[in-house]
Amino acid sequence: MSGAVLDPTTSPAFPMAAKAAMGDTQLRKNVRHATEVIQAKRARVVGEMPDWQQLREAGKQIRQHTMENLDFYLEEFEQNCTRAGGVVHWARDAAEARQIVAELVKASGSDEVIKIKSMTTEEIHLNDALEAAGIRAYETDLAELIIQLGQDQPSHIVVPALHKNRQQIREIFQREMNLPELGEKPEDLADAARQFLREKFLRVKTGVSGANFLIAETGGVCIVESEGNGRMCLTLPETLITIAGIDKVLPRYQDLEVVLQLLPRSATGERMNPYNSIWTGVREGDGPQVFHVVLMDNARTEILADEEGRQTLNCIRCGACQNACPVYRQTGGHAYGSVYAGPIGAILTPQLQEMHHAQSLPYASSLCGACYEVCPVKINIPEVLIHLRNKVVKQNGLNTESLAMKTMGMIFRSEARFRAAQRLGRMAEAPLVRKDGQGEGWIGWLPGMLGGWTQVRDLQAMPKETFREWWESRGKNGN
Amino acid sequence: MATEMVTNSAARAEVLRRIRAAKGGASDEVGVRAAWAGVERGYRRAASLERRAVIELLEDRLRDYDAHVVWVGRGDVAVAVGEMLAKRGKRRIVVPVGIAAEWLPAGFEFVMDVGLSAGELDGFDGVMTGSTVAIAETGTVVLQNVAGQGKRAATLVPDYHLCVVRVEDVVETVPEAMDRLASTAELPTTFFSGPSATADIEMTRIKGVHGPRFLDVVLTGEL
Amino acid sequence: MLERLGHTVEFPAGQTCCGQMHWNTGYQAEALPLVARFVEQFKGAEAVVVPSSSCVAMIRDHYPKMAAEIGDARLIAAVEALVPRVFEFSEFLTKRLGLEDVGAYYPHRVTYHASCHGLRNLGLGDGPQRLLKAVRGIDLVEIEGLEQCCGFGGTFAVKNAEVSSAMLAEKTTAVLNTGAEACTACDNSCLMHIQGALHRQRTGVKTVHLAEILAGEEGAR
Repeated sequence: MSGAVLDPTTSPAFPMAAKAAMGDTQLRKNVRHATEVIQAKRARVVGEMPDWQQLREAGKQIRQHTMENLDFYLEEFEQNCTRAGGVVHWARDAAEARQIVAELVKASGSDEVIKIKSMTTEEIHLNDALEAAGIRAYETDLAELIIQLGQDQPSHIVVPALHKNRQQIREIFQREMNLPELGEKPEDLADAARQFLREKFLRVKTGVSGANFLIAETGGVCIVESEGNGRMCLTLPETLITIAGIDKVLPRYQDLEVVLQLLPRSATGERMNPYNSIWTGVREGDGPQVFHVVLMDNARTEILADEEGRQTLNCIRCGACQNACPVYRQTGGHAYGSVYAGPIGAILTPQLQEMHHAQSLPYASSLCGACYEVCPVKINIPEVLIHLRNKVVKQNGLNTESLAMKTMGMIFRSEARFRAAQRLGRMAEAPLVRKDGQGEGWIGWLPGMLGGWTQVRDLQAMPKETFREWWESRGKNGN
Repeated sequence: MATEMVTNSAARAEVLRRIRAAKGGASDEVGVRAAWAGVERGYRRAASLERRAVIELLEDRLRDYDAHVVWVGRGDVAVAVGEMLAKRGKRRIVVPVGIAAEWLPAGFEFVMDVGLSAGELDGFDGVMTGSTVAIAETGTVVLQNVAGQGKRAATLVPDYHLCVVRVEDVVETVPEAMDRLASTAELPTTFFSGPSATADIEMTRIKGVHGPRFLDVVLTGEL
Repeated sequence: MLERLGHTVEFPAGQTCCGQMHWNTGYQAEALPLVARFVEQFKGAEAVVVPSSSCVAMIRDHYPKMAAEIGDARLIAAVEALVPRVFEFSEFLTKRLGLEDVGAYYPHRVTYHASCHGLRNLGLGDGPQRLLKAVRGIDLVEIEGLEQCCGFGGTFAVKNAEVSSAMLAEKTTAVLNTGAEACTACDNSCLMHIQGALHRQRTGVKTVHLAEILAGEEGAR
């Protein structure tokens, strides 16, 4: 999947993409290791918190309340940000957002930008649009740098290069930074990135960022990060352009006390991430003197309109669901064919596509619920998955599967049909049943789609006597 | 630019229209404020530890991040600063306007940041500032753009940051800190929790990609 | 096992399916009629005991909503009255009856797998393990990755067979690493899944439902 842009409108369906991904032993080892490490760290720092469940509940209520009053809070944010010297723009969709950002960069008089990691900019393929407009975008987040230099795609919301190990990263840096002697210790690699990027931080005049939170009450913006590249991009350039989905808004400054506890512990398993930056508009003598915020919809209002899907927007992009997901653990992020992968990706991506694409994603789950358990804002991901599956089924109308399901539905509605089906089942399976060494009947091969089961699993043949039959004969015999 | 603004007000109107259609109407301020006040906040919003335990917790957490920490009396800051700078081999330090003169020991070069550029900041051994509030539970120190703490670039570009924290500014929990910051919420604010770090390479936490790689704290005051 | 404890067991012959497969695969319309059927079959029951935690999760988590969607006031009331009387097998013993020792004998090495719905939807906690620990003669070994999904997930096992198989491989490895003769759980779907691989690989390890262990008696097979 290297090099190919993660575009849900063209990505292969999850079962196929997963099959390809699972053949990559390096990827699987890296993903297993990374998710295990973060999960253990998360468990430790969450275990320290006696009020973790209360924080989750407050987080859920704050986000829910925000979505219920999104128009109010966006207008309040716009008003306060503008009052403090920021310029607020609105974008209906990705194309409009790309156009606005490109024009703002041009207006800043720079043909280069330094960027902080932003999934929002990945979602809209901003870098490609900037390149087409003759603007060079430098990713400054270490993982995004690895991705950019390696011409790859992010595979995780918080740790985008989690699928790469140190040797792979070293090869990329050696080649792209022209450092043939580069060591492979993580410290060496981080040092190489530091040197490479420092000169850009001190030179490039325009920065582009996303936002973790937009604070309506103050018009402020909050960025949560670890490396310091965020602070570089937010502080040193003359012009800063921040692009954020409309779902990033938070009602009040005080609400930060909840999310700043939930996010670091959930995302990287730390009590607090190294740097949080909060700034409001423009301040003389401190930071960029020209500041733009682009508020983007891009189908979020569609999700808002869906009562059951709406909770998807509560996401604070911590990635804990990805780390907990046993499916993600096997496939990594690229298999989801979108920058949003794992459980949140399985519900967000199809909805952002208004269900026209990524229809296989809601099925990329065993509904185990591990994601819901760790979600800091209590998004009931399994419920939303089921809801989206219903949407897909309604969209797809008549096909083999729906016919089979309708037939079984009819069977389940009648005792007579159910008994008949059990008898029929016994007859139908007979040619497929083989006796094993213990004389028990097993099926080792099933036709068509059911063959998926028998690829690696046997299926036990139906018992000679069903429980129902045994029960009824017992009744007659009085045993 | 004029065309863009016209387009943008169309975009603005459309997005707001969509939101209102999605939720079945516009929100009114009274209702919104009441609903916000109704959010259940059952989490801890106050300290549960004694003051001494709070300060010691902060020290503990800071040391966890490999910061050097000392706790001295009110009059002993300069001496402590001098010792730390000497231990680290730092001589030329940038300081923000308004920093307490009595905190600065002799024998080092302290330069006030009066409009220094990023390039100029890059030439210093380190930066020294005060702080607004510190959070013990998370080992966090918070700076704002006020006298004695200065602009953000100054604590970003140099490789070393020495921060003075007064014990009366130390709180136990994040909510207490946000309460303290609320009245100056609009100022540029930076939360520091240990030196810069990344876990992007095989999940190994490495210190210092950008921003200061070394952080030292002088705690000052009596309980 | 229930009869051994002195209870009277009835089996409504017309029962078919709780509708989970349809509901979870997105065929909500086909699942809705099964709510009324369930209520009809089990109305008047003092307790409905279900040896399947995922079915109970379906009933407990979804039936009230489904009844509301159907909009039939009597059905809504009937569901409201019935659902509190529906129990998963192990929780019936530990929570409803307050038991841990049910007088069982099962002299084998056994490991327990925590089915997802029982663990997360029903909050069974360590109930099943406490029941198992009280079994005479049992050698209970803890499995690594107890809470890790076995990969069944209903139609997921077939629609995403590759990933399901990979998840199953980790679970069977964990089972084999315990050296157990049998793996047990509260859900036959998990057991069917795990057994499918254990049998295919000719491991000689089997799966057995919790009820089969608790029904074990001295002198029996």
